[in-house]
Amino acid sequence: MPDLLAALPHDTRAYHELLDASGQVRPHWRRFHQHLMHSNPAQLSQRQALVARQIQENGITYNVYADPKGTDRPWELDLLPNLIDAEEWRGIATGVAQRARLLDTVLADLYGPQRLLREGLLPTELVFGHNNFLWPCQGIQPPGGTFLHVYAADLRRAPDGRWWVIADRTQTPSGAGYALENRQIISRTFPELFRELRVQHLASYFRTLRETLVSQAPCDTGETPLVVLLTPGRFNETYFEHLYLARHLGFPLVEGHDLTVRDATLYLKTLGGLRRVHALLRRLDDDFCDPLELRSDSALGVPGLLEAVRQGRVLVANALGSGVLESPGLLGFLPKIQQHLFGDELLLPSIATWWCGEPPVLEQALDKLADLLVLPAFPSQSFAPVFANSLDEAGLAKLAARLRARPYAYVAQEVAQLSQAPVWQDDCLQSRAIGMRVYAVASADGYRVLPGGLTRVAAEAGADVVAMQSGGGSKDTWVLAGREALGEPLRPRPLGVQDIVRRDPYLPSRVVENLFWFGRYAERCDDISRLLRVILVRYVDDDDEPLALEAAVDLAAQLDLLPGEGELETRLFQALIGEDWPFSLRANLQRLNGSAAQVRGRLSRENWHALVEIQRETHLLERDEGDLGELLDFLNRLLMSLSALSGFALDDMTRDDGWRFLMIGRRIERLQFLAEAIAGFLLGRAAQDQAGLEWLLELGNSTITYRSRYQAAPQLIPVLDLLLLDEQNPHAVSFQLSELKRALQQLSDDFGGPPEVGLDLLGERLRAVDLGTLDSPLFGEAGMRAVLDGLGDLLREIAEAAGQLSDRLTLRYFAHVDASQQTVSL
Amino acid sequence: MTSSDKRSDAVASARYRVMHDTHYRYAAPVSLAQQLAHLWPRESSWQHCLSRQLTISPEPTRRRDEQDVFGNPLTRLAFERPHGELEVGARLEVEVLARPAIDLATSPSWESARDSLGYSGQPLNTERLEASRFRFESPAVRIKHAFVLFADDCFTPGRPLLQAVDALMRKIFTDFTFDPAATQVATPLLEVLEKRRGVCQDFAHLMLACLRSRGLAARYVSGYLLTQPPPGQPRLIGADASHAWVSVYCPRFGWVDFDPTNAVLPNLEHITLAWGRDFSDVSPLRGVILGGGSHDPEVRVTVLPVDEAER
Repeated sequence: MPDLLAALPHDTRAYHELLDASGQVRPHWRRFHQHLMHSNPAQLSQRQALVARQIQENGITYNVYADPKGTDRPWELDLLPNLIDAEEWRGIATGVAQRARLLDTVLADLYGPQRLLREGLLPTELVFGHNNFLWPCQGIQPPGGTFLHVYAADLRRAPDGRWWVIADRTQTPSGAGYALENRQIISRTFPELFRELRVQHLASYFRTLRETLVSQAPCDTGETPLVVLLTPGRFNETYFEHLYLARHLGFPLVEGHDLTVRDATLYLKTLGGLRRVHALLRRLDDDFCDPLELRSDSALGVPGLLEAVRQGRVLVANALGSGVLESPGLLGFLPKIQQHLFGDELLLPSIATWWCGEPPVLEQALDKLADLLVLPAFPSQSFAPVFANSLDEAGLAKLAARLRARPYAYVAQEVAQLSQAPVWQDDCLQSRAIGMRVYAVASADGYRVLPGGLTRVAAEAGADVVAMQSGGGSKDTWVLAGREALGEPLRPRPLGVQDIVRRDPYLPSRVVENLFWFGRYAERCDDISRLLRVILVRYVDDDDEPLALEAAVDLAAQLDLLPGEGELETRLFQALIGEDWPFSLRANLQRLNGSAAQVRGRLSRENWHALVEIQRETHLLERDEGDLGELLDFLNRLLMSLSALSGFALDDMTRDDGWRFLMIGRRIERLQFLAEAIAGFLLGRAAQDQAGLEWLLELGNSTITYRSRYQAAPQLIPVLDLLLLDEQNPHAVSFQLSELKRALQQLSDDFGGPPEVGLDLLGERLRAVDLGTLDSPLFGEAGMRAVLDGLGDLLREIAEAAGQLSDRLTLRYFAHVDASQQTVSL
Repeated sequence: MTSSDKRSDAVASARYRVMHDTHYRYAAPVSLAQQLAHLWPRESSWQHCLSRQLTISPEPTRRRDEQDVFGNPLTRLAFERPHGELEVGARLEVEVLARPAIDLATSPSWESARDSLGYSGQPLNTERLEASRFRFESPAVRIKHAFVLFADDCFTPGRPLLQAVDALMRKIFTDFTFDPAATQVATPLLEVLEKRRGVCQDFAHLMLACLRSRGLAARYVSGYLLTQPPPGQPRLIGADASHAWVSVYCPRFGWVDFDPTNAVLPNLEHITLAWGRDFSDVSPLRGVILGGGSHDPEVRVTVLPVDEAER
């Protein structure tokens, strides 16, 4: 075996996680190192590829998946975990817990008596100047007394091996969910090592978070607390984590407009009505949470939330306004506050920081400005952090002038030195700078620290900055247990018979509405693809049946699925991938993806995978227009993926209210399309044309059924029977009518409201149609036409009624999914 | 009663009746609405509210009268039944007392006023802590170098703070044109500065920005102004609308009001409703509605001296 370490670059100026100063493997890494020595590069690279594949399959992203701009970025996870031994970890964990307690106490003071400000221990500039100091929250006492439920510290390791805090995360610390997902992948990649090394488990952290929120949530007698996770939505950079945590914690994932405040109480809008929410774990920034009392331009929050909090009716974690402690300017004041409040020292030191608001400190910072990192004190500033050593003379002078003009808004910080850790990349071991984010959660007996955390890795070899926003990756963090308890592995709370739930009571109406549209768009894409394929095949083959092609083109134009004028080829391109044609297949696929992204939490992994596949195909198509043959090929593959999607809907989803609306959406869409398409066909020129009947069967996906039944070329009466009246054929109008009737009946049984009878009457008329009249020569050509016209008109009525039904359902079930707006008067 | 910009020592107090009506006629029904009203005048050493009444239609499902974080009376209203209109009418009777005359020239230099509020590691008394609330950016008031430059000629080195502020007030009054068509509630201050046009709210915000950009403490005051043109004198601007001005913190002097729209130091003709960091803290009626469509309110304000109205 080649010595993998031999080629490992080793910068002795930095601490190396794996190697000591003399280049020897550190003791707690020995076992892992041995394992690496017994592997060859090909094996390791293969494992790295497996890791990457799991990430892709699990849909783990940092940016957003179904982003219309396609800016989603897969999560980067290195094959090798970072290892931290038990004793060192004990020091880190104690220090992080101590810091969490301190910051919680500081918050309670700032939103309470403000003694720290009065006594001069904190500058008013850093508090009142911070846009996340929320004035209307002054005086609010959170239920349970905790302000900081979740906390994270960003740590860096200096060359002497000590860990330093470079930033406190007090608002909505992100990343713990990614850490958990990293763990699930990497522990399976090295299962024996994971067991042998006795790696501490992560589960109890998440259980504590759950318990804390549940136990502190204010409840009226007899109520079971409902905790929800509030996300800004799918465009947020860590949306995947919101989904993942919500699933893991068992909290419904909601957006601001899923919630409403009535009588100072927070409610979730569900199909079955309003359900009280007792606690809110938020991933939404402080000032966005309530457009009534906070930022009035925010559409993401819940109007009135603050009043519900003020009245003690709901717990918000972390407390609103906790972001004020994220100012880097505070770092230098914490040791004295710790001393003042608790009479002891901070165990984890903060990196050297100069808040420029004090004239002598400003001068100190200016003296050594060239070596420092300059940060904005407040997030509202339009100033990005600057490494002053990257500036030339003029740049430095400009920066210094800026600091002098408004000193209190700037913080100078020593440039953190980062430790190096081994990563597996390009088939060899390399070193990269790392940083670690460590999480703490409040519990009944103090703060508990997640034994692991998120290790972040610099993007390039020389880089000394680690931040997800600037690229770079992550690692699993293995805290070895030593003699200590491992903690509990991920094991859900045992559920008994009394816990059985047969129906999700917390399905937000918005999700249901999106499922409804997801169903409609999926079916619509399917319908459009079939019709365009009918045309495309005949056009490409240059068929000698011009009548059939023309009739299909007429129909598509009538249904607004083919733009009006011009060469057929241009029109087809437009209809398929036209960017400015609102009814194009491409536009509808985008709508499908949009609604899917809203309901991602409700779709199975496989289901989502099929969607991603469709999306990938669509992107390819957009990039490279190709020729008609390629488009035909695309349509065939797309129809396959769409039918997989429809299969998942039938076989893979729980039959809850969401599923029922999804299916109703599909059925309405198909009914409308079939009815309109057959009507158009019957009223058109090819009604009795054999080639026309052939494509009508294709459109109704019934060619094979017809052939096996009749073993003959299509003829009008049996084709119509199959597509209109056959109750066994899911592509028959009456089949869809019956299924819809059943689904609507169930809705009105469950939710009350008048039964939907409009379609029933039309269905009865359809079933009463005697196809025999088409058989009788008695009536002649004119009589035949009259019968076809009558049938066509009836089908159009059905299509119209289906559209009206959709509108009525929207009004009845989703009407409260309405936008709110701000008003202001002088 | 005079309406000049001179302080009148002859009259020790004035009484007013104020009617402030806001009427929303929504284009579509509103199913849920929450409103915050700053329509009741706060008490102070120079102002007492003798009677007050708030009529609201439709009947709110929830109403709470309390104080906001800045000590202003605040009424919270919630409407949880569908409604097509909203009417809020305030009827106030207020007594305004003359404020003691002050000699602007004896105030401390603006630099020392600024430095006295900066962090020094020393304990802060309640007055300074209170003043510190109003030194920084707020939703409508950004801190920018442009505002420092604009006021540079008023804040010459060593100039007494209140004289400098008085000069700034007059500069805004002289350089800017009152023009209700020029701005809206959300017009950014830099645009106001560029256009040299706006309304009382813009001028107050601009003055706040100039003061805070220098590290001084200044707050936004919302209220009403008596406008009654005697023959031959120009009518004061701001009649029959709510009004806004500025209050500056000066060590030893406390808070001193300045009205940049009229270049006066408010006294017997200014009725104070509320103060905060800027308009967003003390908007007379601010809310969030569900539904509603377009919703321009009709607002009518009348300020009557009591002796004229009744006697």
